[in-house]
Amino acid sequence: MKYLREVVTLRLDRDACVGCGRCLEVCPRGVFALDAGKARIVDRDACMECGACARNCPVSALFVRNGVGCAVGILNAKLGRTSSCCGAEQACCCGGPGETAKPSPETVDGTAPTVL
Amino acid sequence: MSVGSCDCRPCDAVCACGWSDGCVETAAGRVTRAKTRWSWRDRLGSWAVCWGVGRMRYPVPPGLYAVGKPGPDAPLLVTANYKLSFDHVRRALSGHDAWVLVLDTQGVNVWCAAGKGTFGTAELIARFEASGVSKVVGHRTLVLPQLGAPGVAAHEVSRRTGFKVVYGPVYAKDLPAFLEAGLHAAPEMRRVGFTLRERLAVTPIELVHRFIPALTLLALFVASSGLGRHGYRLEAGLCAWIAWAVVCNTLAGIALTPALLPWLPGRAFALKGAVTGAALGVAFACLWPFGRLAGVSVGLLSVAACSFLGLMFTGCTPYTSASGVRSEMSWALPVQGAFALVGLLGWLAALLV
Repeated sequence: MKYLREVVTLRLDRDACVGCGRCLEVCPRGVFALDAGKARIVDRDACMECGACARNCPVSALFVRNGVGCAVGILNAKLGRTSSCCGAEQACCCGGPGETAKPSPETVDGTAPTVL
Repeated sequence: MSVGSCDCRPCDAVCACGWSDGCVETAAGRVTRAKTRWSWRDRLGSWAVCWGVGRMRYPVPPGLYAVGKPGPDAPLLVTANYKLSFDHVRRALSGHDAWVLVLDTQGVNVWCAAGKGTFGTAELIARFEASGVSKVVGHRTLVLPQLGAPGVAAHEVSRRTGFKVVYGPVYAKDLPAFLEAGLHAAPEMRRVGFTLRERLAVTPIELVHRFIPALTLLALFVASSGLGRHGYRLEAGLCAWIAWAVVCNTLAGIALTPALLPWLPGRAFALKGAVTGAALGVAFACLWPFGRLAGVSVGLLSVAACSFLGLMFTGCTPYTSASGVRSEMSWALPVQGAFALVGLLGWLAALLV
């Protein structure tokens, strides 16, 4: 099953890529392949912008504006019910402790996570 | 009902957890051993969770657990403290010896917690250090669930802990094959699927969520149906057909569209939902016994309702992107609104004109 064509924000900087293959390991949608010692995007439209590849790329060769493909969450955010739990510009739809607005946990080196 | 809820710290002397199976002595102190078989309480709990009962009163105390009789060479796996995540992991590990490090994700499953950042680099490193697990195992490899990857920077974890990070399979059921292959996941273990069973797994909780809105709509339409040129009068037959329409639309939106998802035309969920709604709408337009205008209006409202519910289903799928949903919403919501408005005007006109 594929979602809409040509909408995702995934970008790969092939020049920066060191070919470690981590993105192939973490992507649950088979978006990447290794080609001549570097990663290549072979199925862009399969990407669901979960952000696993960008988060795990050791040389920051990948960029994706991550978020959850959830209309309820996006609608909630538009209605002003924001919380930081489901990515940028989104509120949560799923209830539970994550729903209460809480700052995202910071990464270990003290900087805010890039994709949350 | 507190299904399997457990507040005791790992390895308390009088641990009331049904899944606790005694203690293991380690270099980092006593560690609770988890059973690999589900009790009836675990089963009841997993069923209750699907219906939204006690979903969030369900955390497992974070920390290190043993499965089987693990030695220093046993693999070290990481999971979330959502009871059902932990249950699936320990059941999958039946017959294996392993260490399981449970992170505090506030009772949320791995994938959602990774998106929220609670299943994240900081919590992993903190829990890793607090548990003293590096003294317990002889090797230097951490196995993380693949769906935890959106929250964890593996290279950062390695830099801070000195442990190599290997991402395990997406599904806990593939853990035995992964372990037996020497921590190697076959490509198909790295993919999220969306089988019929998985598509319908969220139907019960959707039913719980949509119940009150559906009931409200039903009440409003029943109340409006009494309007007429010659005063206010409710008719049982009309009320029954309205109830039938609301039930059919709700079920079509939360069960039929998800079930038929791969075969419905288009890629946009609003379109897939609209197709289901159109089929239902044509049926209502033809069969509605209280006038053609009212029937066609109910049909248009069905298209709007099922299309909207289709759009709402995007959050339950493992393959929609936020960019895609935003793009879809930008045209779908106005179109759905237009269908709903015309349908409502037609409905009122049929009653009053």
